[in-house]
Amino acid sequence: MAKQITQNDDDAEDVLQETFLKAYTHLDDFQGNSKFYTWVVRIAVNEALMKLRKRRSDRTVPLDDPIDTGEDEVVREIAVWDQNPEDTYSREELGTILDEAVQSLKPAYRTVFILRDIEELSIEETAETLNLSISAVKSRLLRARLQLREKLTRLFKNKGDDAFAYL
Amino acid sequence: MLTCKQFLQELDEYLEKSLDPAEYAELQKHVSECPNCFVVCDTTEKTLRVFKGMDCKPVPDDIRSRLMDAVEKKMREKCGPKEPPSATTA
Repeated sequence: MAKQITQNDDDAEDVLQETFLKAYTHLDDFQGNSKFYTWVVRIAVNEALMKLRKRRSDRTVPLDDPIDTGEDEVVREIAVWDQNPEDTYSREELGTILDEAVQSLKPAYRTVFILRDIEELSIEETAETLNLSISAVKSRLLRARLQLREKLTRLFKNKGDDAFAYL
Repeated sequence: MLTCKQFLQELDEYLEKSLDPAEYAELQKHVSECPNCFVVCDTTEKTLRVFKGMDCKPVPDDIRSRLMDAVEKKMREKCGPKEPPSATTA
């Protein structure tokens, strides 16, 4: 997760180390209101976002800037996929494909997707971790999922079917 | 009559089945009648499935070793130096 958010090996290692140290030194602060795993993930995400902000502060949009609210979801690729697209590639190839797809998302979408769909935090936990409203999380999640679907369609679409095959 | 745009805005809730039965049924009706939304829904579901099916990557040994060194160092700082076990026993 640290690598996916920071997209940098050294930063990811720093995040990992800081997360463990903070979890250890602040263990008394863990009040048991959430799962321990979720608590540690929150520490890791905050560390990773700090790294990302530090690196990007002088050249790109901050992570918490307002972004589109999902009014203009674009679906360009309407093509049927194989029943089990994951079987088309080896585990290693698939891992690379999915990593690249996630890394191509904007940080604001990527982080929400990682927390909700990979780390499986709830919408509420994701919102709390990122200090976003629930509607902002839902909106970013929808855009992230649709963009990933779009990217993967180019690889996973059933070669035998044309677009609009159902029409 | 639901439009494709309205369907897309409810796609996440539809996939997570977190809607009340009447809303869910309305979306289901749209999917069954709209080939494009059927494909978008099916492929988004498969997108989530392939991501959820991925194994976690293990932390490489060298990074794990540096991590453990750092944690042990921090523990020593917090708890003080550990006394070596006594060579003599009563």
